[in-house]
Amino acid sequence: MPKTIVCDGNEAAAWGVSRAKPDMVAVYPITPQSSLAEYVSQFVADGIIDADLMDVEGEHSVLSVLQGACLAGARTFTATCGQGLAFMFEPYFRTPPLRLPIVMSIVTRDGITPQCVWGGQQDAMTVREVGWIQMYCETVQEVLDTVILAYRVAEHRDVMLPVNVCHDGNYLSYGVEKVELPDQEDVDRFMGEKNTNWHVALDPERPMGVDPLTGGATGNGPALFVRYRKGSCKAMQNALQVICDVHREWGEQFGRHYAPLVEEYRLDGADFALVTIGSMTGAAKDAVDAAREQGVKVGLIKIKTFRPFPLEAMIQALSKVKAVGVVDRSVSFGWNSGPVYQETLSALYHLKERIPAVSFIGGLAGADITETHLQRVIDVTASLLQGHMPAQPIWLNEND
Amino acid sequence: MYEIRFHGRGGQGAVLASKILAKALVEEGKHVKAIPAFGFERRGAPVAAFLRYDDQPIRKVTNIYNPDCIICLDPTLPNSVDIYQGMNPNGVLVMATKKDKKALNLPKGLSKIGLCDAFGIALSIFGRPITNSIMLGSLARTTGMVSLEALNKGMESVAFRDAALDKNVEAVRRGYEETRVY
Repeated sequence: MPKTIVCDGNEAAAWGVSRAKPDMVAVYPITPQSSLAEYVSQFVADGIIDADLMDVEGEHSVLSVLQGACLAGARTFTATCGQGLAFMFEPYFRTPPLRLPIVMSIVTRDGITPQCVWGGQQDAMTVREVGWIQMYCETVQEVLDTVILAYRVAEHRDVMLPVNVCHDGNYLSYGVEKVELPDQEDVDRFMGEKNTNWHVALDPERPMGVDPLTGGATGNGPALFVRYRKGSCKAMQNALQVICDVHREWGEQFGRHYAPLVEEYRLDGADFALVTIGSMTGAAKDAVDAAREQGVKVGLIKIKTFRPFPLEAMIQALSKVKAVGVVDRSVSFGWNSGPVYQETLSALYHLKERIPAVSFIGGLAGADITETHLQRVIDVTASLLQGHMPAQPIWLNEND
Repeated sequence: MYEIRFHGRGGQGAVLASKILAKALVEEGKHVKAIPAFGFERRGAPVAAFLRYDDQPIRKVTNIYNPDCIICLDPTLPNSVDIYQGMNPNGVLVMATKKDKKALNLPKGLSKIGLCDAFGIALSIFGRPITNSIMLGSLARTTGMVSLEALNKGMESVAFRDAALDKNVEAVRRGYEETRVY
């Protein structure tokens, strides 16, 4: 029987890790990820996770250690955020093209400076082009479930890429709710055979050069390098279908169905929609329901999978409305807007008709995105239908 | 939906209290979301935590601005923080204090008030002014929203830093029994 527990998102992630049965975990604590590192360490000490725990001196070593372990055939896990992710960047950048199916939680945190230790998606959004798959969770239950199914995505033969399971610092990391913990035997059946390193291996029995110098302008360098890049891009595109398949299988087996790429909420008959990502979505759905009761024809599009970008699913959702308001929890400094907004604009280019869009930024550095903020998002986005276009971006917490 | 805000000082266990209450309410068949307030938490500084529960699933994960119930874990806190800010005018107050109701400057219109000398009880049980479990007993007595059995169950899976489970079970019981309800 699955067990009901009441826990926060960091503990839920650790339970997910336990069910996925990694061989090696390496962690270095950083707020708001620290308690996740502590739960994982405690679970290893208590025998709940039967893995080697590498207690290293920093995040650069965390991921370097896991690269070695993964090349030797181990299933691996870690978690980090913010400055920890920044310190990890060198091996982080190298993990996707090595095609190592490592799963890592990012307990999203805003960027410093100004000095801050609170939630925000600036860290995960900043590394969106590095080649890791990124899935963003809405609830604590989804954190637990997604950590498990991330391994099925990462280790799929057509993918072989690392996955970041992102959950919002503070609001999900410390948010407590009722969670169903699936039975180990059921998860074992779902997981099937481990598939970590069929393509490349540190194996004394069959020595091979891992990652030799490749590229340059001579010989077959250029073509070979292109082959690697094309392979990584292809694997990312393959992941879209795999993510859908794995989520469907999860739903069939465990009864919890999540929209794998993009969730459409109340888009039937909607004139316009909000675009959300992560834990803000719950309050946004409440705000949409309240507006609907007032006769406002608004719906919601939630992005779960941000990398690879779910272009087709977004086109399908966006084509049902005539305006969108995109709420970001981070900043695209180069565009003076939010990154999810920029991605939404890219998707909108594929629509037959051009529709207006507006960028909202909220919830930075732990700030709240309340139903009142979201009501404003709805009001402003509705005004686009009357030809109004406000100055952008709109900073939701500017006057809080 | 019913919304509760916890007020305490860093180290008194306000956040842990919200977690225990969440576990207890799930025992009672409720849906719950609880989060701490995010600020400059440190020992002795004012802290807050939020909890909402309902018979239906709850989607929003936001702070609570208009609580139906305030639990205050420290008698000196109302001097430095407006613990009543945004409170439902007909709400419920559960406060750690040995003072009589008349000696307190309470807002008018409160539908129920529970007062408990949690510091006195804490010093006799723990030897330190840690009031969280006592005030959960006080909340149970004042509101009846949760049973002592459910609170005890909620505490079973909690790692207490300062005292063993049996002392906290005793603390909940005494908080329940020694609360004056108005």
